[in-house]
Amino acid sequence: MKLRSTLLATLVALACGTALADINIGVSLSLTGPGSGLGIPVNNQFKLFPKTIAGEKVNLIILDDASDPGKGANNARRFITEDKVDMIIGSSITPVSAAMIPLAAEAKTVQLAVSPVGGPPDQERWLFRLPQGADVIAYPIVEHMKKTGIKSVGFLGYADAYGEIWLKAMTPALEKAGIKQVAVERFARTDTSVTPQALKLTSANPDAILVVASGSGAAMPHKGLVERGYKGKIYQTHAAATPDLMRIGGKDVEGGYVSSGPAVVAEQLPDNHPSKKAAVDFVTNYEKAYGPGSRNQFAAHSYDAAIVLQKIVPMALKKAKPGTAEFRAALRDAMETMGRTVFSHGVMNWSATDHWGYTNETAVLLQVKDGKFVVVQ
Amino acid sequence: MDSTIASILLLDGLTNGAIYALLGIATVLVFAVTRVIFIPQGEFVAYGALTLAILQTGQVPGTVWLLLLLAGMAALMEFYTRWRHHGDLLAALKPALKTLIVPVLVALVTLWAAPQQFHLLVQALLSVAVVTAFGPLVYRVAYQSLESATPLVLLIVSVGVHFALTGLGLLFFGAEGFRNPAFWDLRLNLGPVMLSGQTIIIGVASLALIVLLWLFFERSLFGKALRATAVNRLGARLMGISSHAAGQLSFTMAALIGALSGLLIGPTTTIFYDSGFIIGLKGFVAAVVAGLSSYPGALVGAMFVGVIESFGSFWASAFKEVIVFTVILPVLLVRSLTSGHSDEDH
Repeated sequence: MKLRSTLLATLVALACGTALADINIGVSLSLTGPGSGLGIPVNNQFKLFPKTIAGEKVNLIILDDASDPGKGANNARRFITEDKVDMIIGSSITPVSAAMIPLAAEAKTVQLAVSPVGGPPDQERWLFRLPQGADVIAYPIVEHMKKTGIKSVGFLGYADAYGEIWLKAMTPALEKAGIKQVAVERFARTDTSVTPQALKLTSANPDAILVVASGSGAAMPHKGLVERGYKGKIYQTHAAATPDLMRIGGKDVEGGYVSSGPAVVAEQLPDNHPSKKAAVDFVTNYEKAYGPGSRNQFAAHSYDAAIVLQKIVPMALKKAKPGTAEFRAALRDAMETMGRTVFSHGVMNWSATDHWGYTNETAVLLQVKDGKFVVVQ
Repeated sequence: MDSTIASILLLDGLTNGAIYALLGIATVLVFAVTRVIFIPQGEFVAYGALTLAILQTGQVPGTVWLLLLLAGMAALMEFYTRWRHHGDLLAALKPALKTLIVPVLVALVTLWAAPQQFHLLVQALLSVAVVTAFGPLVYRVAYQSLESATPLVLLIVSVGVHFALTGLGLLFFGAEGFRNPAFWDLRLNLGPVMLSGQTIIIGVASLALIVLLWLFFERSLFGKALRATAVNRLGARLMGISSHAAGQLSFTMAALIGALSGLLIGPTTTIFYDSGFIIGLKGFVAAVVAGLSSYPGALVGAMFVGVIESFGSFWASAFKEVIVFTVILPVLLVRSLTSGHSDEDH
């Protein structure tokens, strides 16, 4: 009898212990499929996520969405109904994140997207993003174009959502700067050749060409342009700011420009850059775990997710206990009111009207010199 | 659009078309002999290119481990079926060991050679050997016991094999792509057209392979046996041609063609673990143009697909894929209108 009651008591204690005190976070990432190049580094950094925040145990429930929007939505549904999560993080690619938005909004749970995704206005309330919007990253590119007297620009981008976001951001920015966009060409990541597109762009002969592609996929179009004898400036976006660009592109990408978040060039940031400390910390820890040169834009976003949680969890704990609707709402309110926060990727300031949060001073322009990224002053 | 641009586009289209032609021919070959619509054909391309890329870095490619695993599975299956049929352990052990010997040998050589950083050509040969060894094993593990199933069932299995191979590709090679060094660093300027060494290699190699295949089917006993199986499986079996052996042989050839295509295409573009699918699919379109039955038809179809793709991306780059895959519709329409259908057809 005594044994049984002790056992029972232990069980009850255990059950309550896990159910009440823990903060559960559902993370959906593209670990397989075409988006895995982005999802895997994010997951790597989540493996280094703090175990406890503000004295509460944090459980990350990480699921693979296979770069498939339908699977992403299923994951979100599981997080909400089965795991009763306090917050959803993900996904790492835009189309999947977009599919998760309505579910998170309906369950009144914060979705912290790891990709630049736009939401419908009525669901925007529960949606926050970790990456910079394309307009923020485009800012130093357009400024550099203005400064170096570029008059015409060609666009060579992915024929998918990532290309579209950039086209939408670049077109008005260029117009405002008085630069003409003379040709828009698209390609797919799986294409074996961009010769036709390169031909069309070089015959339009713009002063500069913007290549919109990600990871090692960004090298092929760059090479294609150089091989077709294009001599103007070539710009790349933040998704190309990985060592893969040089690994695949070799000599052909020398002199190319890449706009990026500050985290990837942590050591080169000037000492007065606000993100320097966080960025160096991210790079040291990540490269200690995954080898030198393994740093990248995407892993830094999950580093920043930890910064967000460390700030908002204590704020929300004052109002409610984890696992309740009040706690979820408190997390959301905390994100809007947490104020200026320094990320490894720039200075963030979410507000009730702005769930993107980064300022135009966030991105830095890099140039490929001798197979390395060098900050353009 | 002037003649300069047109000639550059044409050359680009024909170069890609040559690769699609090889894959199309492999698809036709496999379908004719085994009635398998072999969707994972493209995976062999990616495996070939990426195995070479990993060998280049001096590491052991994960495909070697997969090869050993598959060989083990195939040997066990072989052993079990023989044992159940004859009840003799020793007699069952022999074919099982026969299944094991080539893959294990290839794997051991690769394991030994990987850290030695041999010349590019040696590594290329190794990659071809590794990927080719996959052919009969894939057939043994996934298809052989379903030999007499309907083409639809075989197609469903193909989809499964495709997903399995792509997923394993991600595990072995990682999400980022690789680009192989060119076999021949030549750049020839013929008027407006820039001819690179790799383009010449692709053209010559494709042509040579097609001629070799033709010789194989016309002149060799094995080739004739395969043709016989393609025409009438039961009749061929009655004449002593094993349909198992025919299936394994056709898969070996398909894997060999795939691996070679991978080596050819590797230096011209970045290959990802999942790049094979869309390349293989275009080879499949070429094969469909040929009605899944004619090798010259597949060649013509592939050139057609390559050129359409090249001009399509020049005029409307965002709709390139749409244009290429829409081409299949009128072809299917014409085919279904002109050819009489009977249940005996495969």
